[in-house]
Amino acid sequence: MQENDIKFLEDSFKKYYFEHFDLIRVPNRTSEREFGFQKFNSGMTRHISIKDDKELHLLLMKNIPSDVYCSNACYSFPNLPMNEKDWKEADLIFDIDAKDLNLECRNNHTISKCNKCNEISTDSNICSKCNSTKLEKKSLPCKNCIDASKNEVSKLSNILIEDLNVQQNDIHVYFSGNEGFHVYVYNSQFQLLGSRERSELTDYIMFNGTIPETFGMKKFKPNRSSFPDFEEKGWRGRFSKEVYGSKSKRSKIISELITSGYSSFQKTLEDISSKIGAKIDPNVTMDIHRIFRLPGSLNSKSGLTKIFCSNLEKFDPYTEASFLDESSVEIIANCPIEFKLKNRRFGPYFNDKVSIPTYAAAYMICKKLAKIA
Amino acid sequence: MLSLGQDEIAKYPFLADAGQYLKDKGFTLEQFGTDPDLKSLIEKAFNRIEVAADGKIYHSEITGDKVSKESALPREVFSFLLAIVLLKLSGMTTLIKRFALAEARRAEKYLEKDLANISDESKKQLAIKVIDDLFSVQIKKHDDFFVIPVSDYLKHSINFHEREWKLINRHVENGLVFLTPHETVRLIRKELGSYISSKIINAKTPPMISGFEEPVNKLISMSKKFTTFTVTTGEYPPCIKHAIEILEKGENLPHSGRFMLATFLLSKGQSVEEIAPLFKNAPDYNQRVTLYQLNHLAGTSGSGTHYSCPSCEKLKTQNLCFAIPECDNVINPLQFGKKRI
Ligand code: SF4
Ligand SMILES: [Zn+2]
Ligand SMILES: [Zn+2]
Repeated sequence: MQENDIKFLEDSFKKYYFEHFDLIRVPNRTSEREFGFQKFNSGMTRHISIKDDKELHLLLMKNIPSDVYCSNACYSFPNLPMNEKDWKEADLIFDIDAKDLNLECRNNHTISKCNKCNEISTDSNICSKCNSTKLEKKSLPCKNCIDASKNEVSKLSNILIEDLNVQQNDIHVYFSGNEGFHVYVYNSQFQLLGSRERSELTDYIMFNGTIPETFGMKKFKPNRSSFPDFEEKGWRGRFSKEVYGSKSKRSKIISELITSGYSSFQKTLEDISSKIGAKIDPNVTMDIHRIFRLPGSLNSKSGLTKIFCSNLEKFDPYTEASFLDESSVEIIANCPIEFKLKNRRFGPYFNDKVSIPTYAAAYMICKKLAKIA
Repeated sequence: MLSLGQDEIAKYPFLADAGQYLKDKGFTLEQFGTDPDLKSLIEKAFNRIEVAADGKIYHSEITGDKVSKESALPREVFSFLLAIVLLKLSGMTTLIKRFALAEARRAEKYLEKDLANISDESKKQLAIKVIDDLFSVQIKKHDDFFVIPVSDYLKHSINFHEREWKLINRHVENGLVFLTPHETVRLIRKELGSYISSKIINAKTPPMISGFEEPVNKLISMSKKFTTFTVTTGEYPPCIKHAIEILEKGENLPHSGRFMLATFLLSKGQSVEEIAPLFKNAPDYNQRVTLYQLNHLAGTSGSGTHYSCPSCEKLKTQNLCFAIPECDNVINPLQFGKKRI
């Protein structure tokens, strides 16, 4: 990024932190958390401890970070090196990202930027201008991406509440600021678990590692009555609903399953795993020392806010997560895909010099699809 | 501590305070070495170790009619306590391990039976209490099952490699896992074993008692056939070799053992990629977890701090130390084999 692009983003971010500090959700037990931040075009600063929201505000105003992070863990000494921090416990966290969902719509809104000649094209493998294969992918997630991610969040919440006894109001959902959602679980029985246990928990949530026996199927002489009932709770219940379809079909489907045999049953389990399992990023959940994007802070990949979603179903990131300035700025944009922010359409632009509101300019500059004129 | 009846002490003799028990019964250790009537108990104790060393479970006399039972109970407890004294006097760690394992299996059977007992509620309550007191696992009765919080379940189940123990293959509801009595006890098998072995390892070694020499010497020579490793200079220390052997055999190495091995090898300059394959044989091998953990230890992920190999003292408390004479003056496995000037 160029000097004046950075200056523009820093000015806009600073203004945001000055005017919208109320959107920042400083985590409870602030002084036991580790904070970290990045500045534009520079590395990560970690192992910072902060007393309260006043100190946090000061840090933001002084450093104008591109991204701010806070640990899901609590430590006795958050500012010491990792092995001296004295880990106490960590909130359970989940990351759901549209780019991991294998959605078909992605082709329609993913652009490649050539690292060699900066050419922007919709081809994903090779630069149309210089034939280089070193391409950086940029995606402008669409409504379908957001809806699919929301669906994964609901699946996750459902498992957490029904199977794992998490209370609805202890589940906090945030738009990640880019292409997905971050979910926090507070006050659960899992606070003290280490990463191996959390990894095992992710397999449960993702419906990984199932064996046919769990769902009544056996290699020899399977017994009809051990197959799940339609009304059952937990995974056996979800299995029934997915595989039987309806209560009345149970008996017929069981006969089919038994006839098809054990290995075909295994295949069925694999197939339904992607449908009924919640698609979370297991590496995030199992990491008990992670610093995770701070709720309410800006995401430098988009200039959008990691915002709390009080009503997930209705939530629209393109109207509710865009908080940067309205004032106009002149840019040169190279963004072949149209996008919508705050109910206004922008683009497509083909190396056009345009004057547009700061929030839209920042969105494209963050995605390296525009620069200050 | 639990208050235990005769019956329970015989079933779970490792719960008894050894010194106090002997005193209460009016005996001293010396008496067992000299009194001809009591000497047979030393043989019984020796026999108990022998059976365990063979990988079998010692069959007790606590079943049977009332009269023989009454005299059998204290004999049961004495033979256990004396076995520990013999083991301590022999100083043979391999035997202690085998003994602890066999005793754990034995106790497991009783625990399971007590949990499943429908006629005697107090027996069941005691088994539940033993499990809670010793392993902080709170189980509750729920119809024909026992339920335990998911988080507690995970702490134990991650040590198992069979797929059926994965949480996804369990009946989970309202944050609880449903288990049969057999599964409940099986879940804490490893902890039961380490509880008993740590109790033995931490017991004081008495000075040699006359009348005990012969069985002790027999134990020392018996243990020779279980010694599986030899050390030549310039090699890894026994603790490390032992850990590698366990992994190579595809057996389960506790988390503390993996930590020791990984930090040791990292300090010796090996890379995460070189070390990771070592864990491939482990029953619960999971590439994702292994790489995450190794990178974390090596400081290549996240914090950038790396962890150092634990001290010998620490490893002793974790039952990972298998000291040999060459370990003299070594306070950290990393110093092993370095000539002192
Ligand atoms: S004394 Fe130290 S180096 Fe030797 S086996 Fe024990 S822990 Fe390893
Ligand atoms: Zn190019
Ligand atoms: Zn899309």
